[in-house]
Amino acid sequence: MNLDETIERALSGDTLTIGRVISLVERGDPQAHEVMRRIYPLAGKAYTVGITGPPGAGKSTLVDRLTRRFCQEGYPVGIVAVDPSSPFSGGALLGDRIRLNIKKKPGWDIFFRSMSAGKVVGGLAATTRQVMRILDACGKRIILVETVGVGQMELDIAGATDTVLVVFVPESGDTVQIMKAGLMEIADVFAINKSDRAGGQDIAEAIVNMLERRRSFYRTDWSPPVLLTSAMRNRGLDELYEGLLKHRAFLEEDSRLERRRKSQLKRELQQLVEKEVSRIVWRRLSGSPDLDRFVDDVWGRRTDPESAAREIVERFAGAVAP
Amino acid sequence: MSRPIKVVMAKLGLDIHWRGVYLVSQFLRDAGMDVVYIGNKFPEQIVEAAMQEDPDVVGLSTLGGNHLTLGLKTVTLLREAGMDRVKVFMGGVIPPKHIPQLLDGGVHKVYGPDTPMETIIRGINEAAGQ
Repeated sequence: MNLDETIERALSGDTLTIGRVISLVERGDPQAHEVMRRIYPLAGKAYTVGITGPPGAGKSTLVDRLTRRFCQEGYPVGIVAVDPSSPFSGGALLGDRIRLNIKKKPGWDIFFRSMSAGKVVGGLAATTRQVMRILDACGKRIILVETVGVGQMELDIAGATDTVLVVFVPESGDTVQIMKAGLMEIADVFAINKSDRAGGQDIAEAIVNMLERRRSFYRTDWSPPVLLTSAMRNRGLDELYEGLLKHRAFLEEDSRLERRRKSQLKRELQQLVEKEVSRIVWRRLSGSPDLDRFVDDVWGRRTDPESAAREIVERFAGAVAP
Repeated sequence: MSRPIKVVMAKLGLDIHWRGVYLVSQFLRDAGMDVVYIGNKFPEQIVEAAMQEDPDVVGLSTLGGNHLTLGLKTVTLLREAGMDRVKVFMGGVIPPKHIPQLLDGGVHKVYGPDTPMETIIRGINEAAGQ
C-alpha cells in the first residue's frame, strides 16, 4: 500500500491503518513528515482535554468514565495515554489500558493508544501532539490525553490541550501544598477523586480558597470548578462532565479558544525551531576539529563559554553550510 | 528517533494466574521494551487492542488450559484483521504435546515454566528484527 492509500484509509477511520500511521510517526519514519504535512490541515476540529495529576490519583479510571459519557453523547473518542519510560533501560510498562473496561454499545467509536514518554520529562511523549492530530484528522471529536503521573512541574499538557483537568486525591496536601507553583496553576477544572475517603472536602476547600484569592486579585474571567469525584463508585461524574463542557463553552466566547491554541502553536514553533537549529549545528559540528578548537579556546581562557556558543551558532546555524 | 520494541501483553480469557505475566512484563521493560499490559482479555478484545497499539509482538499468558481454544482463536482473528506481521508469543502451563499444534496454528514461540528470562527476551528481540 502506498502512502496516499494509507492516509486515505486512516482518514476514513480504519482502526488498523490509524494504528500503523501513528507508529510511522512514533518511529520517526522517513515518511512521517509527509504524513503530518497532509494530516495537519485536517486536524483542529476535536475538543481536547488533558488529564493530569499524581500517580495513582485515578486518572485512567476517570478517562474510562469520561469516555463512556462522551460516547453516550455520540462523540467518537480518541485517547492518548502516556506512561513513564525507565531512564535506565529505556523500557516502559504501559498500564493505563487495563482501566478501560468499556462494553461498547453499537456505534461507539473509541481509539486508545498507549505511549511511553521516552526521554521527555514534561509529562507527554515527543510525538503526543502529532498522535492527537492524527486522531483528530481521522474523525475523533473528543481527544483525551492522559499524562504520566506528575509531580509539580510536568506541565506540557497545558500547551497541548484546550482544557486541563487536574486530578488530586484527599491525601494530596494541605493549604501550603495548594499554594505551591506549577500544577495548581494549569488547571481549568479540578477533580478531587477518591473523595469518599477522609479529607476530600478539606482539600477542595483549600483549593477553592486559593482560587478565590487569585480571582479577586487578578480578576480572571474563569474560575476553575473544584469537583468531588469517585470514579470507582461513579460519583460526581455528571458534574465533572458538565464542568468540562462549561470550560469548553467559555473558550468559545470572545475567541478565547483561538487565542489559546495560537499561543500554544507559538510555543510549539519556538520549541521546533530550537530543536531544528540545534540539530543543524550539531550535525555540522560533530566530528569536525572546530569543536575541539572551541573547547581548547575556552580551556585556554582565550574566550568564554557564552561567547564561544554564540560564535558557534553564528557560524554553523546558517542555511548554507559554512 | 526510533521506538522501542512494543509488546501487548494479555492474560488470556478468565485465567487469573497473573504472577508470571507480571514477572515477564517487568523483565521485558528492563530489557528496554514498551510493554502494554492489558489484563484479562478475550480474543476479540486482544485483537482490538493490538490494532490500536500496533505492537511488534503480542504476548499471551495462560495457565488455564485455554491455549488451544482462545489462544489459537486470537491468532486467527489477528490475521483476519490484517495484522499479518505481528508475532504471537505464548507462555504459561502448556502441555508439550500441544506445542506443535500451536506452532502450526501460527503461534511464533511457546515458553513453558522454567524458561530462562534471557530466552524470552532473545526470542522477542529476534522476532522483532533487532
